[in-house]
Amino acid sequence: MTYASDVAALARKDLLLELRSRDTLPAMLLFVVSALVVFHFALPAEESERAETGLLWIAIVFTALLGLTRAFAAERDQGLLDGLVLAPCDRSAIWLAKCISVVAFLVVAEAVALPSFALFFGPVGWELVVAVALADIGIAAVGTLLSAVAAASRARELVLPLLFLPLAIPIVIGGVGASLAGNPASFLGFLALYDTIFAILSWASFEYVVTE
Amino acid sequence: MSTSSLSEDGRTGKAGPAFDFGVASGRRGASTLALAAAGLLVGGIALALYWAPEDADQGFSQKIFYLHVPVALTAYASFAWAAWKAFRLLSTRDSRYDLESYTAVHMGVIFGLLTLVTGSIWAKISWGHWWSWGERQLVLFLIVFLFYSAYFMLRYSTEPGPRRERNSAVYALFGVALIPVSFLAVRIAGTILHPTVFTHEGANLPWEMFLAFCVCLAGMLSLAGSLYLAELAGKRADVALRDLRELLA
Amino acid sequence: MTTAEKYVTAAYLVFLAALLLYVVIIALKVGRLEHELTDLARLAREKLGG
Repeated sequence: MTYASDVAALARKDLLLELRSRDTLPAMLLFVVSALVVFHFALPAEESERAETGLLWIAIVFTALLGLTRAFAAERDQGLLDGLVLAPCDRSAIWLAKCISVVAFLVVAEAVALPSFALFFGPVGWELVVAVALADIGIAAVGTLLSAVAAASRARELVLPLLFLPLAIPIVIGGVGASLAGNPASFLGFLALYDTIFAILSWASFEYVVTE
Repeated sequence: MSTSSLSEDGRTGKAGPAFDFGVASGRRGASTLALAAAGLLVGGIALALYWAPEDADQGFSQKIFYLHVPVALTAYASFAWAAWKAFRLLSTRDSRYDLESYTAVHMGVIFGLLTLVTGSIWAKISWGHWWSWGERQLVLFLIVFLFYSAYFMLRYSTEPGPRRERNSAVYALFGVALIPVSFLAVRIAGTILHPTVFTHEGANLPWEMFLAFCVCLAGMLSLAGSLYLAELAGKRADVALRDLRELLA
Repeated sequence: MTTAEKYVTAAYLVFLAALLLYVVIIALKVGRLEHELTDLARLAREKLGG
């Protein structure tokens, strides 16, 4: 079994599982739309386009957190994580597969969030879409690793946001900057840099985090 | 539970490197460091407050620089030390690096808190507010500080064991990757989102100021080192006593 | 004392306070370790000395 086929098999398993159980994705979709509505009421009458864009990014980060908390839930509940780890595949393949499914979930959530944002607030530019795509990779890379780290703790739903938010700050800076700046190139470049650094780091350290 | 076989000088069974700051420094090394810290720090502060010239622009309030910047650099150094120990843990799987990494993170967070407080006081004198988002170094520090504070949440909520050691080590390593990335992030954020106020980095520091600063920095680093050794010894004693209790009970 | 001097002194005092607080915490810890050690010494004497 090659690395790629391992990753594909694991990712397919996750996506099929979600397709059948439908417990994470609908919650994420509903959450992001509700959040946007709350933001409308949270902003005073003369909202600025800049504040709204900022809030969109907050909605994305917290929706991602919602999904990430569930990332290893299925494996945990059914005691499958140990089985996966014992499987004759590279541990980092588990990470990559989980990343792919997290990105998939995020893309679906954003496919709902961005049109809703355009409807409620203002138009969505191409820079925002590209920034969101780049941010998804970073969020998935770091989030998957941290989800596995938090899985070992007794208060995992509490610990994951705490661990994730400081690492999400550069993503938010890059994303909001790219959405609002006249020249988004440096911000998009920064997001790509973040993705590269943390994807490599997460890929390399996943096996230390998931073995017993 | 990590096993620590008790031997006469507290070393574990594995052979460690010759200069092993954590275990082998012994009482003489630790007290030399503490004495050095006392001398350097007192000397440095004396130089800073009595001898170094007053800054032309900022006046006497610039004197906080001799405290704030060494404390900040010491915090960064502690985090770097913690990451090094974390890396050693992951590559050698030797449990003793876990306590060393943990203690170093603890040092970093303590000095980090001091950095934020002294930075806040400096901001108050300079701009009249207790906080300034335009002060890039301080904002960067806040992000790093939040990150390492979460380290403790992770540790306290995980059962002791190899899993916790490895998770903590990976997290400590992520921290040092975060530092340059956040530095870059805060820098570009300044261009569009949060305008940067002119920071305190003067163009050229007069040599007297630089000397006083260096002595203070050396003192602060020695202080952190001594406190690190003291705390590490305490933690190791904790572990050893617990093992002993298990043996006897 | 000018305002600047007051704030600078405050900063150095905060540092001093933190350092002394740390000393107090270590002292408490040493006390606790000592207590635990004497306790275990007694236990060892009971079990082994007879």
